[in-house]
Amino acid sequence: MKVHEFQAKEVLRRFGVAVPESGVAATPEEAEAVARELGGGTVVVKAQIHAGGRGKGGGVKVVGGPEEARAAAEAMLGTALVTHQTGPEGRIVRRVIIESGMDIARELYAGIVLDRARETFVFMASAEGGVEIEEVAARSPEKIIKEWFDPSRGLMPYQARNLAYAIGLEGKQASNAAKFFIALARATVETDASLAEINPLVVTGDGEVLALDAKMNFDDNALGRHPDIAEYHDPHEEEPLEVEAHTYDLNYIKLDGNIGCMVNGAGLAMATMDLIKYAGGEPANFLDVGGAADVDTVANGFRILMSDENVKAVLINIFGGIVRCDRVALGVVEAMSKVEVDVPVVVRLEGTNAEEAAGILEESDLEFGVATNFKEAAEMAVAALNA
Amino acid sequence: MSILVSSETRLLVQGITGGEGTFHAEQMIAYGTNVVAGVTPGKGGQEHLGVPVFNTVRDAVEQAGANTSVIFVPPPFAADAIQEAAGAGVELIVCITEGIPARDMVGAKRAVREAGARLVGPNCPGVITPGEAKVGIMPGFIHTPGTVGIISRSGTLTYEAVGQLGAAGLGQSTAIGIGGDPIIGSTYMDLLPLFAADAGTEAVVLIGEIGGTAEQEAAAWIADNMDKPVVAFIAGQTAPPGRRMGHAGAIISGSSGTAAEKMDALQAAGVAVCESPAVIGSTVAEALG
Repeated sequence: MKVHEFQAKEVLRRFGVAVPESGVAATPEEAEAVARELGGGTVVVKAQIHAGGRGKGGGVKVVGGPEEARAAAEAMLGTALVTHQTGPEGRIVRRVIIESGMDIARELYAGIVLDRARETFVFMASAEGGVEIEEVAARSPEKIIKEWFDPSRGLMPYQARNLAYAIGLEGKQASNAAKFFIALARATVETDASLAEINPLVVTGDGEVLALDAKMNFDDNALGRHPDIAEYHDPHEEEPLEVEAHTYDLNYIKLDGNIGCMVNGAGLAMATMDLIKYAGGEPANFLDVGGAADVDTVANGFRILMSDENVKAVLINIFGGIVRCDRVALGVVEAMSKVEVDVPVVVRLEGTNAEEAAGILEESDLEFGVATNFKEAAEMAVAALNA
Repeated sequence: MSILVSSETRLLVQGITGGEGTFHAEQMIAYGTNVVAGVTPGKGGQEHLGVPVFNTVRDAVEQAGANTSVIFVPPPFAADAIQEAAGAGVELIVCITEGIPARDMVGAKRAVREAGARLVGPNCPGVITPGEAKVGIMPGFIHTPGTVGIISRSGTLTYEAVGQLGAAGLGQSTAIGIGGDPIIGSTYMDLLPLFAADAGTEAVVLIGEIGGTAEQEAAAWIADNMDKPVVAFIAGQTAPPGRRMGHAGAIISGSSGTAAEKMDALQAAGVAVCESPAVIGSTVAEALG
């Protein structure tokens, strides 16, 4: 799960990670008040959306005082901010963070992710802050310093020192950075974050080390033990259909094509998208209906698929194992009497009780294309578009 | 011949009295798997589905001689269940549970390694040696005994591949679902050498998906070591970057983890890579001549 910068900073503050003084505002008036509380001097106003590249898109403004903060907030709030990560339609800005201005001496990078190959967490630091770390990794990988650490022990002090000295810090700066790194590792592990990225990490003229920006993603599987973090979920940042699908316990991701897919199992769902493409079509979505695939699941699946105006044909691909195909077939027939489906539907049911299922589909007075194998199913769906 | 599970398997079901555990234990017994024990803390001494239930895995190993465990314990307790099995000396642990936090798996994986045990999963359909033992949730009836080994990150896509092999008249030596999570007990690299050495396996099907670099590592091993034909399919050629496609581990981050780079690496290693998921069975048939 993704969260906003101000939420990530709330989490970090709780673990003693140094972040600049700041406040959040949803209106220009609140923005002005926060700027006044921060002393009335220079502040930075930053739009809060779940996407990077805000600075280039006009979502970050350095201003001289409370009145200007109000004006900057007014210009951002309620408007769509377009960055290279949002797509052309952008994201509506609903909140801004107002932060004290700082005397920035250096911009660095610090990040923690789960390293799948090493099966533990890796701390990455670089002297090259403020640019995308993927760029640094591609251009000069030697400039990214890594320390792997075990979550049960955390980042050891010597590892934190290794990182701090390796990115060119000395004296007070280095000891502040080491303290920062240990706290950041603790915050990441204890909240089950799957990613924590501080970019830029700044060193001030006084040698303080602070998180100027902060990005955290959290392990969905662990949200059950972090109800406070689960509350950070912001449905405004997601595709409305995906939010709706989530309430039905369906795993749905909207894509740009026109063939809607309903499949059981994530791997088969991806393979179905691939096969549609291979047959010359474009999948409209990823939809895994999981192991149940009963009437309600199928009906809800149809509701989601048919809400996408781009969908011009539907392909249902179920490989029944524990799930019985005859039950799925009954589900499809009943669901189509409940939900208006005005595009061609191709059904392929394989596995447990597939023959009974074919009989049920044939006997219904609804029109289906019934495919006997995977390849035929995709080809029929593509052909149905052109019919 | 086969790998991991066989008629020698003496299976323990952790979480046997729960809904999922009961349903699948029944199916495994019906398939002919030698289920010797169940474990549910607090229910030791009872009998369930004709199988003795113990409070601890240690008791099940000592008193019923279990050498393999399959886990149907809910996600918050599953990492503990894995470590309990490893600590009790179970050789093969198959964890079906989906939704275990990644941090819990870091510790569980280390405990399994230190105990010298082997873990398959979590978030997987399990392991089957057709005609001998079904340790998991896959539909037994679609499988037939044969000489094709399968290693897959997916569940239903594996069934699809098995179905296609069946249509081509090919059975399986052993089929293994390794799971779709970022941290899993056994990777392709852990299992390919077993199939390479198994006299009963003539070809291997590798089913991968977007995310991580496990397929690339497998490709490097295959290039240097494998003399049996390998056929591969990578799911997610059309997946958008940055989105989690159902499985916790199926995500393209930045430009790494794409289907294209995995397919290129496998092709370069001499693997027959299927662009379409509909030709897995026929490609294996061709490879076997």
